[in-house]
Amino acid sequence: MSDAETTIRATGGRAPDVFRLGGWVPMREYREADEVDFAIVGTGGGGGTLACRLAEAGFSVVAFDAGAYWRPLEDFASDEHHQSKLYWTDERISDGENPIQLGSNNSGKSVGGSTVHFAMVSLRFRPEWFKSRTLLGYGADWPLDWREMWGYYGEVENALKIAGPVSYPWGPKRPRYPYRAHEMNAAARVLARGCDAQGYRWTETPLATVSAPRGESPPCVYRGFCTLGCSTNAKQSALVTWLPRALAAGAEIRDLAMVGRIETNEAGRATGVQYHRDGRWRFQKARNVVVAGYAIETPRLLLMSATTRFPDGLGNSSGLVGKYLTVQGNQAVWGQCEDEIRSYKGPPSLAVTEHFNYHDEGKDFHGGYCWMSQGPLPMLWGGTLAGDRGLWGEALVAEMQRYNHSVGLKVVSEYMPQERNTVTLADETDRYGLPIARVTYSWCDNDKRMNRHALDQMRMSLAGAGATELWEQENDTCHLNGTARMGSDPATSVVDSDCRSWDIPNLWVCDGSVFPTVGGVNPSLTIQAIACRTADRIAALAKRGDLERRSVLTGS
Amino acid sequence: MSNERQDLYPGYDVLAKRDTPSWNEQTREVIDARLALDPEGHSFFTDAEWATLKALVDRIVPQPASRTAPIPVAAMVDEKMRGPGDGFRIASLPPMGEAWRRGLAALAAEAEERHGRRFHEIGTAEQDAIVRDAKEGRGKEAAWAGLPPKEFFSHRVVPDVVKSYYAHPTAWNEIGWGGPASPRGYVRMDFNRRDPWEAAEAKPGQEEKARRENRRVGR
Repeated sequence: MSDAETTIRATGGRAPDVFRLGGWVPMREYREADEVDFAIVGTGGGGGTLACRLAEAGFSVVAFDAGAYWRPLEDFASDEHHQSKLYWTDERISDGENPIQLGSNNSGKSVGGSTVHFAMVSLRFRPEWFKSRTLLGYGADWPLDWREMWGYYGEVENALKIAGPVSYPWGPKRPRYPYRAHEMNAAARVLARGCDAQGYRWTETPLATVSAPRGESPPCVYRGFCTLGCSTNAKQSALVTWLPRALAAGAEIRDLAMVGRIETNEAGRATGVQYHRDGRWRFQKARNVVVAGYAIETPRLLLMSATTRFPDGLGNSSGLVGKYLTVQGNQAVWGQCEDEIRSYKGPPSLAVTEHFNYHDEGKDFHGGYCWMSQGPLPMLWGGTLAGDRGLWGEALVAEMQRYNHSVGLKVVSEYMPQERNTVTLADETDRYGLPIARVTYSWCDNDKRMNRHALDQMRMSLAGAGATELWEQENDTCHLNGTARMGSDPATSVVDSDCRSWDIPNLWVCDGSVFPTVGGVNPSLTIQAIACRTADRIAALAKRGDLERRSVLTGS
Repeated sequence: MSNERQDLYPGYDVLAKRDTPSWNEQTREVIDARLALDPEGHSFFTDAEWATLKALVDRIVPQPASRTAPIPVAAMVDEKMRGPGDGFRIASLPPMGEAWRRGLAALAAEAEERHGRRFHEIGTAEQDAIVRDAKEGRGKEAAWAGLPPKEFFSHRVVPDVVKSYYAHPTAWNEIGWGGPASPRGYVRMDFNRRDPWEAAEAKPGQEEKARRENRRVGR
């Protein structure tokens, strides 16, 4: 039905109008020989946001994405199976003591990246997490100040018209959310009942799907297919927010464009990107290159771009490109209710408690976590019951019949950054002849203690809400961060606080890869806030002539 | 509740909603194609593999004998082999298609060794014993030839077979899921609330009421 996966859409001076069937908007185009100010690799929460803000600041920008340029109204079916087309389905190899599942919730291959299918949960970091080493005794300090980030969080929340509560129960004061909170479904009410029984606060989850009309976006109709792509455009993904703004400000977006190499010259500076589009390899000249492919494709590209001068890959004098991959725990407790829950209605996570992000007493581990209500659709739920609970045969089909009475809580927890968790290049190659990524993950003892604590707490909570026949899903993880960490010391980080490579002054990284720690909340709001800050910093550096020349090594 | 399959949503047919505001054109197109799949169609698996696969999927997601048009799970798995993969594989397993070929060969070899017959020719209890052993990692090395049975089961059989089954409208009827929901979505979100275009569950003694309500979901 849709030709977006096979036919380049953003070309000939126009790009898809994501709000209209068959519609187009004008798009400025650059020639490959034009040395554009910024070539950005990836158009999701990091790259899409940055492309918008840099174009609006007057820079010439070309943003590349390996994925398709969808028009959600015409390209998205209301179907769990079909919509797996939004995922990064190229092969990767997963190993380690706790190999992570890839390719679905933690991946995206679309213009707009994984924000096209994310669950829209938009939470701020706890302020102390930006200095967790100094203030909390674990992980690493960020070279960013939470008070500055508070302002950028506000900018993103307003840009996406986040729907959330009037007053938020945890952390420093923040303005009320731009749009009213969504109505809670029964699954969210179970979370609230459980927290009430435990004496913990809960709230409606701040979500990036509008609760009232917003421009061309209608209010959410509670279809419940959020993690398979929003077919009405209520979801405020990068595809329908930052990227239309980027186009209007003169950025060019190239869909179905797989970047395979960043070129560098003898002076050790990036000169542009080699990318595969329309059947052949091409080269785009650029004054600056930004890598924003998320925490697997970003280190993969930096490592694949090795030269004799940079034999270990670009920006890798610290040896940390591809190291400190940090995911988040995503364990769950599930149970049965006598009431009909029908958790498939509405966004999947309408209620949240951040109690254990802000209360540290009694913990036998470092870090924090939140938990949220859940709304798995049948394929995901069948896979969970079979894969995690071990059901098959008549036991599986019978348990699946209790779908409408099933309810659960799922954690997003702060795993510890560990150097041994890595993204490396495998010997096997993909269809472009590029080495595929090998992803290695093992839990540390702290991760395991946190898993246990969170499972115990969620079990008590669900029991307190009246659910029975509780069982634990122990192995799930979510989100990918940390493989090009930011810091204030070139020896222990890949980029500085401006997301700029310590080694190559016109190379930048702008996505979850720069996180030194992950906190106990979903990362997308922080990724977008950092992108906004980076854009402001780039504009400031350009103004004083430091963009192409690092005159002062900050922090060293 | 029972641990056997029941007729919990009597008369509910999610396809009755096909021409309502719960289904848009692109959804109709996708589901129509799925329903048109030839249950015997296979171009990836050889005939021998196909016989084993069909017997295996019947044990993982058994279907009632009374079902006139069973969900073509094996054909859906064959179709998956010809499309994009999952986006990753566990390091101990070979790529998707090779894992399936070797896994099916291993099941066939187990049946041959234990019973002197092919997997699809032995009884369901015997088949279940082989599946159970594989799932628990107790496959015989001679049969599995280096393929780890436990990982084959959890990372290939489960995602490919179970997710195929629950991608089909007939399975949605069985579990009372609302199905496609674009553009209409839902209105009634609270406990025990049901939109008129959702499946009605048969409460004990109220089966006929549920059947009447389920007849109206497509109106």
